Amino acid sequence: MKKLYTNREALLCALIIIMALSVGAFADDFLSVGNLLSVYNDTSMLIILALGQMLVIITRCIDLSVAANLALTGMVIAMLNSSYPDFPVPLLVLLGAGLGLCMGMINGLLVWKLSIPAIVVTLGTMSIYRGVIFLLSDGAWVNAHEMSATFMQIPRATFIGIALLSWASLITIAVFYYFTRYARTGREIYAAGNSPTAAFYTGIDVGRSQFIAFSLSGLLAGLCGYLWVSRYAVAYVDVASGFELQVISACVIGGISIMGGVGTVTGCVLGAIFIGVINNALPVIGVSPFWQMAISGAVIVLAVIASSRAEQKSGRIILKQTMLATSK
Amino acid sequence: MSDTPFYSLRGISKAFPGVKALDQVQLDLYSGEVMALIGENGAGKSTLVKTMTGIYQPDAGELRLAGECISLTTPDAARNLGITAIHQETVLFDELSVTENIFTGHLLTRGPLNMLDWSEMRRQCIKILADIEAQIDPDILLKHLSIGQRHMVAIARALSFNAKVVILDEPTAALSIHETQELYKIVDKLKAAGCAIMFISHKFDEVFAIADRYTVFRDGCFVDQGKIDNVTQAQLVTMMVGRTVDQIYPERAQALGDIVLKVENFSHPTEFHDLSFELRSGEILGFYGLVGAGRTELMQAIYGVSNNITGSLEIAGQVVKIRSPADAIKAGIVYVPEERQSQGVVLDLPIDQNITLPQLNHINKNGLLNPASEYTLADEYASRLQVKAPNWHELVGNLSGGNQQKVVIAKWLATQPKVIIMDEPTKGIDISSKAAVHSFMSELVKQGLAVIMVSSELPEVMGMSDRIIVMSEGLQVSELQRADFNPEKIVSAASGGLNEKTIH
Amino acid sequence: MQKITAHKNSFSNFTFSLKKLPWEFFLLLITALVFTLSAYASPYFLDVWNLSDATFNFVEKAIVALPLAMLIICRDIDLSVASIIALSSVAMGFAAQYGFAIELIVLIGIGVGMLCGLFNGWVVTRFDIPAIVVTIGTMSLFRGMSYILLGDQVLKDYPEGFDYFGQGYVYWVFSFEFMLFLVATLFFYFLLHKTNFGRRCYAIGNNPTAAFYSGINVKRHRLMLFVIVGALAGVAAVLLTSRLGSTRPTIALGWELSIITMVVLGGVNILGGSGTIAGVFIAVFLMGIVTFGLGLLNVPGIVMSIIIGGMLISVIATPVLIRKFSQRS
Repeated sequence: MKKLYTNREALLCALIIIMALSVGAFADDFLSVGNLLSVYNDTSMLIILALGQMLVIITRCIDLSVAANLALTGMVIAMLNSSYPDFPVPLLVLLGAGLGLCMGMINGLLVWKLSIPAIVVTLGTMSIYRGVIFLLSDGAWVNAHEMSATFMQIPRATFIGIALLSWASLITIAVFYYFTRYARTGREIYAAGNSPTAAFYTGIDVGRSQFIAFSLSGLLAGLCGYLWVSRYAVAYVDVASGFELQVISACVIGGISIMGGVGTVTGCVLGAIFIGVINNALPVIGVSPFWQMAISGAVIVLAVIASSRAEQKSGRIILKQTMLATSK
Repeated sequence: MSDTPFYSLRGISKAFPGVKALDQVQLDLYSGEVMALIGENGAGKSTLVKTMTGIYQPDAGELRLAGECISLTTPDAARNLGITAIHQETVLFDELSVTENIFTGHLLTRGPLNMLDWSEMRRQCIKILADIEAQIDPDILLKHLSIGQRHMVAIARALSFNAKVVILDEPTAALSIHETQELYKIVDKLKAAGCAIMFISHKFDEVFAIADRYTVFRDGCFVDQGKIDNVTQAQLVTMMVGRTVDQIYPERAQALGDIVLKVENFSHPTEFHDLSFELRSGEILGFYGLVGAGRTELMQAIYGVSNNITGSLEIAGQVVKIRSPADAIKAGIVYVPEERQSQGVVLDLPIDQNITLPQLNHINKNGLLNPASEYTLADEYASRLQVKAPNWHELVGNLSGGNQQKVVIAKWLATQPKVIIMDEPTKGIDISSKAAVHSFMSELVKQGLAVIMVSSELPEVMGMSDRIIVMSEGLQVSELQRADFNPEKIVSAASGGLNEKTIH
Repeated sequence: MQKITAHKNSFSNFTFSLKKLPWEFFLLLITALVFTLSAYASPYFLDVWNLSDATFNFVEKAIVALPLAMLIICRDIDLSVASIIALSSVAMGFAAQYGFAIELIVLIGIGVGMLCGLFNGWVVTRFDIPAIVVTIGTMSLFRGMSYILLGDQVLKDYPEGFDYFGQGYVYWVFSFEFMLFLVATLFFYFLLHKTNFGRRCYAIGNNPTAAFYSGINVKRHRLMLFVIVGALAGVAAVLLTSRLGSTRPTIALGWELSIITMVVLGGVNILGGSGTIAGVFIAVFLMGIVTFGLGLLNVPGIVMSIIIGGMLISVIATPVLIRKFSQRS
């Protein structure tokens, strides 16, 4: 039991399976391959954004501007597409990612060069990015009929039976797995978040690590800007409003410590899938979707309580092992 | 071995707001030799180490490595030149594995993608750990290791670069005698490999055991350097302190009063086990041990900081349950913590507000602040302790370490306690403040207070205490009356009862 | 190690004392500037009734900003305030549906707010979890509960007379909301700057460990602050519900960010330890005037968010930049 407590990923995995199975008992087709794939597909963007957010949280920061970033890039791309339908979509995607990257870099620079707390910076840029959408669009919507067919088709196209949207998240997972495990920069992000002082002593620039984390988070938000707009076939000022909190929730549920330095790609992905399964399961079992928000809120609170109990400070452990054994 | 220094510093100065930490100092390290840097706390040793390793940039002066002028803008730059330090307090990463801790900053990669080569790093890590005979699992997270083990990881880390200059900043403070012996062997190996080694220690026996040369600093200034064979311990002490000292400790009054504090069978699940002692009014009880022997943990337990303690505690014959510092203060126990800046004072509040903090409810009975009466109380105790400040509205953060410590003590005296626990009361403060704290302690016991003093400085603990309890690895290993004080006995007890031959 | 932190601390001290003096002054200056410009730009600005109407846009938020400033000074934060407003508004709506008396409805509104605050504070202090994570969770939880209870319904059976809190005037142009805000400002000014409780806030915010070692019951103190924030969120819910005359689960959506913006703009250090009620008070007016002035110039509300976001960042960045450049020269 104690092992299970400490191994959060296993616990989370078991919870997700139990949840899926019990929903399957209500409605058989919930567990069909097709439906599971579609649940995953629905969760893809949450996974992508949560991975970016994970890096930011690991460096002891927080990025509240991801959803606004997503909405702004989404709007820019949708407007470009509707004005210039012949502009190649892959270039648009690149453009979106680049724009997202720039917005992430702005966050990162403010945190790095001016040492403003991340929560203040992203609270500010979040309002600014949202406001800019309004300036660009004048409050108008870009609707499906204004978008080109390819623009909307790409994420829906399938490869080996899996939608490209899902592929996007799978590739992001793979890249992040490599990045956090086998790339020097990725490991430096962990070191910087775990102990900024020690990181400085070992020659790691903590601010630079934070900047990189913010940039990547922005890049992924930009990518999701395209995915979101084309998937839901609409762009307007309030797209994905409040989604940043779901993203942060996925990280928290996945065991990314808000104190920095701790968290894995696996945990983060499982956290996002957990939320995805809840979102998709509720309608199936006939619970009103109004429950969804409260459930994910309750899960966050329970998840942090559980992890605080598991991580309770063990102290320095001065007594010898033999002593410990006898004194128990 | 050679006559030209490998790494030398000339005219180095470094100032911080309000403090001149280093003033025109010089230093020479020779390949294949150990140089001991000697100086009191606050002599500028740690600042020097940080300047030598690129953490601080000097305001003036030059650094020469193998005859060439170098400038170290980052810790990285220093490491690339083969200069590495093991800092006083190990700075490592709790949440990373031992292997990664050793290689962070110079992670090994392979292939065109610069993919991290974990298997190679693990292999080298095992080899380095075997070289220093440390039995540590390379995959375990650092947070699961003991202090001694962490130190070994820090040393392994230093060895993992091809270091040409190795700086050891008080490496033995937390080590047992056995571990210290192991460290000596490692130092010998490094010497044989041609490294230039700088060794900082407070313990003269260590200095004479392994150093070839010495350099003495005092108050941020260079005093003298030379071969260790040409100097005696007494001469070193004189240079270090600037006057001939048998550090004079105040006379101890022998008349003890009644038992004020009785601790029985105090145990903590992981930090200490089965401690019992009594304390009389007018008594100074010293607690000696290595760093990490569990003394601070015990004191914090008495003070109500830690939970899940078993055992009982009596104050003046009454059993008292102490669950929080507030309970302890109410019962008349106060605690001057070792970590002055993080636990003792609120740096951004003025002196008077720091002093009145524990008893706001007493002074301002209706819950409203009364600055005048606060100032009066603060004035009484701050003047009594001779805190040096323009007035008591000065922020505590602007005071020197010694004066900050006086503010902490003033804060506690103002509560009129029965027992005052002082954890390393003179750590990191200058000599005159130190003497002031000592004489003040003896004055307090004359007035009938009971004092517990935790100290890692043998002369201090022997000079001040009526009785000494020695702790080792969380256990009470010895108790000595003043008449039986004997340095060898105390040190060997603290080192886990090893016999004397191993102590040099 | 110890040295490093020592110097860092004394350094931040230094910058604080540089900042402390001119901060409120600086804010006041900007506020006066914006006020003058707005008055110059629009003939309708200086109309007392227009100004009075404008206060309704921010006093409800401002009433929560005051206790939140104290909470942030204590190194905590509460992101769930807007959700608390929603939940307590829902509770009041149901109470009204059952035909409870006005006094009881108000009491229920504030009571629910306090319970929510108590829950936040309990989780944060009992399990030692950073407030930001807990309140991100309860933000969804409380808002979600409002959704569950209300679905897509609207509650609007408020008794006659209930509209006074949000729409009534005490005297001439002075609305009940505005007067209550002034009283609340005085109360929190007194609480933070003139009482033991306020002193402990600064001690805890600057150094929670030293405060604990000095015998302060840090956990209880933080818990109380969470409850106070909850209570005032309940008060804001009363005002808002009364003004709108109806409750939907989306009520006060997104308010937490403007409330926190008010606090930070007011010079409260988001990392804890410093800040004044006076600063928050001025910041509230600054935001109110900017919103009102731009509104008169027909600038849409969402563009205001750019200006407010920009103000938030630039107001914090400016001292840093000034310091950087002055060091360089």
